[in-house]
Amino acid sequence: MERTQQHRQVAHMRQSLFDQGLLDEQFVQLEELQDDANPNFVEEVVTLFYRDSARLVLNIDQALDKSPLDFSKLDSYMHQFKGSASSIGAKKVKSECTLFREYCKAGNGEGCMKTFQQLKKDYAVLRKKLETYFQMARQVGPVETACRRK
Amino acid sequence: MGIAAETQFHVLAVDDSLIDRKLIEKLLKTSSFQVTAVDSGSKALEFLGLQEEEQRNHHPQEMEVNLIITDYSMPGMTGYDLLRKIKESSSLKDIPVVIMSSENIPSRINRCLEEGAEDFFLKPVQLSDVNKLRPHLLGSRTLLEI
Repeated sequence: MERTQQHRQVAHMRQSLFDQGLLDEQFVQLEELQDDANPNFVEEVVTLFYRDSARLVLNIDQALDKSPLDFSKLDSYMHQFKGSASSIGAKKVKSECTLFREYCKAGNGEGCMKTFQQLKKDYAVLRKKLETYFQMARQVGPVETACRRK
Repeated sequence: MGIAAETQFHVLAVDDSLIDRKLIEKLLKTSSFQVTAVDSGSKALEFLGLQEEEQRNHHPQEMEVNLIITDYSMPGMTGYDLLRKIKESSSLKDIPVVIMSSENIPSRINRCLEEGAEDFFLKPVQLSDVNKLRPHLLGSRTLLEI
């Protein structure tokens, strides 16, 4: 059945996000909170993450343009970014945030800038994959996740 | 569920992050709590102040806040500041307060517990954390576990 094939594709796509280290257990927690009352909960939270991230990326880019660098401010922005990433289970982005903050603490501007370039790349990749995944999932209908209880 | 006079516990959640507010709200609702979510300590105090007035003028059982769960790192008034203000208030000090934080700093955790916080949750908060809240709730002594 074509439908079963599509279901398998969606499940495979989902699994690859974990296997590639892009997502962690927190994403599963979000999936487990999704129910009939909030059937699009995961996507709603992830959309908030995109919005939050857009704002923070802009702020951090602007802050990195200044001279001298305000490491305290940069750290504060990144603390927020890390928090959001952590809340949706964005594993790779979260670890880039941690690295960035370490460079902030060390007052290493070069390190901050390099890390941020990488973070933006990783964020873009994650966003693209999640958008594709949600689109596929919507076309196929509800997919049983491996860890769903009840 | 035809249990007569079944009360839902009302939790006031405080967090400046929109994502985390949405998350904690869902976690609490999934655990059958009634939730009010605000984005700052000052809004929380405003809500609690309003609560006081409601209780004086109208029905004492309506809109009572049974527990406050607050983020630690917030601009302006931190979760710790909010905790202190609540514990210093004669009308609010008996409301249990739980602190949430993304950072695992023992001195921070101890400071909050010493100031009277019931518990400290590391973010991201899980359903298992929220399930631990019931024993902390104000007025839950005579209620049966569902």
